[in-house]
Amino acid sequence: MSGPKFKSGLRLMSGNEAVAEAALYAGCRFFAGYPITPSTEIAEVLSKRLPQVGGFFLQMEDEIASMAATLGASLAGAKSMTATSGPGFSLKQENIGYGCIAEIPCVVVNVQRGGPSTGIPTGPMQGDIMQARWGTHGDHPVIVLYPDGVEDAFWETIRAFNLAERYRTPVILLTDEVIGHMRERMFLPKPGTVSIYNRRKPRRIPEKYYPYQGGTQDVPTMAPYGEGYRFHVTGLFHDRTGFPTNEPAEIDAEMRRLLRKISRAYNDIVKWEELFMDDAEEVIVAFGCTARSARAAVKRLRARDRKVGLFRLKTVWPFPERALIKIAKRAHVKKMLVPEMNNGQVLFEVERVAGRYCDVEGLQRLDSEMITPRQIIRALREN
Amino acid sequence: MSNGKKLELRLAGSGGQGLVLGGIILAEAAILYDNKNAVNTQSYGPEARGGASKSEVIISEDEIDFPKCEEIDILLSLNQKSLDKYITDLKKGGILILDRDLCPNPPEGNEYETFRIPFTNLARTELGKVYVANIVALGAIAGLTDCVSRAALEKAVAARVPAGTEELNVKALAIGYREAAVARVDHPVDTDALS
Repeated sequence: MSGPKFKSGLRLMSGNEAVAEAALYAGCRFFAGYPITPSTEIAEVLSKRLPQVGGFFLQMEDEIASMAATLGASLAGAKSMTATSGPGFSLKQENIGYGCIAEIPCVVVNVQRGGPSTGIPTGPMQGDIMQARWGTHGDHPVIVLYPDGVEDAFWETIRAFNLAERYRTPVILLTDEVIGHMRERMFLPKPGTVSIYNRRKPRRIPEKYYPYQGGTQDVPTMAPYGEGYRFHVTGLFHDRTGFPTNEPAEIDAEMRRLLRKISRAYNDIVKWEELFMDDAEEVIVAFGCTARSARAAVKRLRARDRKVGLFRLKTVWPFPERALIKIAKRAHVKKMLVPEMNNGQVLFEVERVAGRYCDVEGLQRLDSEMITPRQIIRALREN
Repeated sequence: MSNGKKLELRLAGSGGQGLVLGGIILAEAAILYDNKNAVNTQSYGPEARGGASKSEVIISEDEIDFPKCEEIDILLSLNQKSLDKYITDLKKGGILILDRDLCPNPPEGNEYETFRIPFTNLARTELGKVYVANIVALGAIAGLTDCVSRAALEKAVAARVPAGTEELNVKALAIGYREAAVARVDHPVDTDALS
């Protein structure tokens, strides 16, 4: 990392600015995108910053082309990223699936706004939780992270790159208009003090390199184009050489390895935050900007001796079901409340996981305004 | 502002009046130079100019969880439309700072501590630049409420405005402080009572 191009220290930054800057710390040197509110500042910052650190910024003709360029750059050896918002995220989906099956590490940022369609361009919603999981067709592995503030956005962006590199897969970083545009204090670390993971390259000679042979962790090593390794990349099911196959046994093995490579890494990928959970009788399960409301609500209720705790998803997918089941089974946990700015996308998951052990209630807001701490407090009182 | 207190400010006007920048400057003054915590959020429509836009700043000694205003202590409005739209969240006894000429119909009664200052007109007549009305207003807000220190605000303004306009903007800030001082003679503000 070139030192003088990174200015560490205290700053007032927006979430979008933090994501852009964090990408550079993580080693991202390629960005392709198409501007869309409320994500545009990520592209704007990187159009200026990438050339300063020897990287490459590309504004493409549309979203799917941006996704294609992001994948291509990664195959050539660069850490790459694209950023968009709701409608643009829809347009990227086909190539996100390509990235999953061809196992191409990259980071896709979706700063959520109101949908469907053009929806509410300048307002926040949290309606892309399921699209982040199932937006591209077919069974596929996915990693989705969702920070709740500017500082968290910085560190989760770095984690997104590290996970993409470690598991050779696209990682989706969800934020929302509130997180993207709010400005708060950010302490930028000294370059070189951040822990960075780089994809494993093959040690074998090119003639003996198999780009889709899983190895011990089910994650194949990855050779960058241009270093003497020739291999085939396709969206078709393929054998270990990368060439298409119609063999049922090979298709089955490939699909199971793809899914297993993420599911077996649950403990490394799935992170969450707990606040006042030790004796909590009521648990608020929250994420993104809504977690800020939940945190305020929990603190106010604790000041009134209500035994309320916060379970904040940092990883949305894979869903933190083992952690939630453990909590739901605790004798003192009576209820979980899931506030979200959508029609209950995470509520359904929490019901599936915890519904057998405790009450699960939802609190939904669909008007593109944040759920307030008061609304959460009221919901707990009413239930 | 006393220790441990949380101050909620909303700056409202139409797109193009520089209130998003105003919010950034206040938050930066608090964080970088006054060693406090602050969060700045904004809300605007799809239009680049006109409409009713707002920028909010919360300043606190503590961690700020919910980033939006709930009970506003200080509301600045630079046009009537924004005043009508956003006054509902101003708490009773809160400070209302208005552009005298652009908000011709202030709320009646004594529910708020109201100050009417001709920001836009001052910027035009004293500096010849209407576009520094937002900075005049920042000076008045800080002068009336001590939400950030003057030294911090001067540094934050100089660091954020376009290069070459620092002197103009520091002058604009001084006009705001002057107007606040005049207004406080007639209408003392108990800054400790805020929040």
